[in-house]
Amino acid sequence: MDFFHDLIFDYTVRTVSLGTILIGATSGVLGSFAVLRRQSLLGDAVSHCALPGVALAFLLTGRKDLMVLLTGAGLTGWLGAQLVTQIDKRTRIAYDGALGLVLAVFFGFGLVVLTFIQKMPNASQAGLDKFLFGQAATMLERDVITIAVLGAVAMILTGLFWKEWKLISFDPEYAQGLGWRVSMLDASLMSCLVLAVVLGLQSVGVVLMSAMIVAPAAAARQWTDRLAPMVAIAAAIGAISGLSGAWVSAETARMPTGPAIVLVAAAAVVLSLAFGSSRGLVWTWIRIRQRRSGVRVEQLLLAFFNLANQHEDPFEPRELALVKIVDMGRVERDDLLGLLEARGWLVRVGASHWALTETGIEIARSLEERRARIAREP
Amino acid sequence: MTPQLEIQLIAVVTAAACAIPGTFLVLRRMAMLTDAISHSILPGIVIAFFITHDLASPLLVVAAAVMGVITVWLVESIFQTGNLRQDAAIGLVFPALFSIGVILIAQHAGHVHLDLDAVLMGELAFAPFDRMIIAGTDVGPKSLWVMTAILLLNIAVITAFYKELTIAAFDQGLASLLGIRPTLIHYSFMALVSITVVGAFDAVGSILVIALFIAPPATAWLFTDRLAVMIGAGTGIGAAAAILGYQMAHALDASISGSMATVAGILFAVGFLIAPEYGVVAKWHRRREQMLRARIRMLVVHLLHHETKDLRDEERWVSTLHQHLTWDADVTRRTVYEARAAGLVQIDDGDLRLTDTGLEKARLAMTEF
Repeated sequence: MDFFHDLIFDYTVRTVSLGTILIGATSGVLGSFAVLRRQSLLGDAVSHCALPGVALAFLLTGRKDLMVLLTGAGLTGWLGAQLVTQIDKRTRIAYDGALGLVLAVFFGFGLVVLTFIQKMPNASQAGLDKFLFGQAATMLERDVITIAVLGAVAMILTGLFWKEWKLISFDPEYAQGLGWRVSMLDASLMSCLVLAVVLGLQSVGVVLMSAMIVAPAAAARQWTDRLAPMVAIAAAIGAISGLSGAWVSAETARMPTGPAIVLVAAAAVVLSLAFGSSRGLVWTWIRIRQRRSGVRVEQLLLAFFNLANQHEDPFEPRELALVKIVDMGRVERDDLLGLLEARGWLVRVGASHWALTETGIEIARSLEERRARIAREP
Repeated sequence: MTPQLEIQLIAVVTAAACAIPGTFLVLRRMAMLTDAISHSILPGIVIAFFITHDLASPLLVVAAAVMGVITVWLVESIFQTGNLRQDAAIGLVFPALFSIGVILIAQHAGHVHLDLDAVLMGELAFAPFDRMIIAGTDVGPKSLWVMTAILLLNIAVITAFYKELTIAAFDQGLASLLGIRPTLIHYSFMALVSITVVGAFDAVGSILVIALFIAPPATAWLFTDRLAVMIGAGTGIGAAAAILGYQMAHALDASISGSMATVAGILFAVGFLIAPEYGVVAKWHRRREQMLRARIRMLVVHLLHHETKDLRDEERWVSTLHQHLTWDADVTRRTVYEARAAGLVQIDDGDLRLTDTGLEKARLAMTEF
């Protein structure tokens, strides 16, 4: 409970937690659009493209204020995203090839600038490389204010462009047909995504930022088929991941915040994939099993019925060894026999003999008729 | 051999080894898997290090390569549930695995000398210091031997299974029909990619691995439609990026891997602009030509429509023509100029008339409609 006490009274814990919550929520909202538009990896590219911006901003201004560095990061991140779009549009190279190309080249150039700065005399570049892996613990109150203000700007823009972004996410051709400037809307959405990515760089780092864009949105997608609830759930999952990541890393020794946040978000995805909505893997698995055992029960009943048809007395007990069904082991057979007995379609006679009941014959006959009817249909 | 030469040689061999599988990845729209693999092998390396306590152990490479294949398998399994698309699956799997690696390192910070920065950025400058010693004789840098072995393996596999890989890359349906098992080919190929990524990652760092896998084949694709040519050109472009990048790093006294990635990007940018068929300039030029030809056709048809002896038909006057065609005045002037140069029209005291060739072209255009 110390953590929650600190959350209110401890400066560092409060600042870091607030920061990660804001970052999680912002990236959840904008990530939703990215995931729906099959641009999940754009966040990854943008975060890598931000590195030269951070380095160049420092090289040109000699300052390390978050605002200055974020401006640089935002500019090169935006430029990188634009280049990805242009390469995708103007060449045969697929979207993912364009992403990989741009991210590696920009990041490589960022390294060039970083090493160049390192070798300059009396350059206090220390702290720039925290952008690579993220260091939430160094967040200051004014950093959180910066993040809050920029995050609010992104949220307001999302509200203003809601209808437009929704349409270009689901049916860009229709938007084009309505005479909307789709490329402009694209660019506005992309700019907000760049903003969200850049905000998180300092605390989760370049590599892990992509997960912050994808994970909350991917998890939220499992619970709903509507955009507004998806965005809300993604924001909530992002915020909770941010808070729990900060918590885990505060409570555990030598636990970096960024990876902790990412693992919480990844766990949210796994849970959502398993249990989310009716498409959840667990529900699907149960449904398939039920359906399958239904078919197997029918098969077993019909096997008895066919035997009965070959003899005068349909109620005569049959030896179990005579009933053979492809692919059915003893365990499954005994299981299903118990089911048939419980339904009152079969009765056990002695150790190894079973007999059909009146209801059993009736059910089997109607099943047989249904199968014959289905077989006759073209 | 001087260290400078050795560094360039290692980079060239690595570039060649990466360009071969890279070509197939770029063509099959799976380029981002290199990004994913190069990050997600981290926990493999860390776990293997905990077991062996030896950074030079070959088990590290094996574990990393296995991790690469696991990454691909995880991505496909998530994708096959039908609940998430492939890009989202990639974007989830590799940061999660990378996070596990980072946490493992942080938890055992005192005992592990795995430098995360060096892992990600790579330091080619140090590669010549790690020597291969056979029977007491120094036979060269270790990574040069490793990358040469991987390069030969790649060449051998691609040559032996060229047909299978090509068919599986371009037509999965046909591949299954012909009895080439696409899944088997896919995973074997992914194992090859993982081995190459791991080896190259050790030599040049993960960012340059991604750059060398994607940028040279992508650049080559701007110039050719043939797979074999693309592989060869990709190798050449990668090697050029390595050598030029080294010169750049030397001049700026900056990161070697970063410079090589930057040059690879510059080479792509050049190709993107000037490639004869698929370059932006060529496409722009072609589009202009097509527009002009279409305009000339419209012009001659327009003149045919107003082909009377009457000198007073304003529709034909050079001074008012653009209003009737509802074109920009400059565009009209240029079209008329080009049409005159082609001998399709002549100007007779401000009156634009079709020549015989022009008349013929206009009639032909009408019948084509």
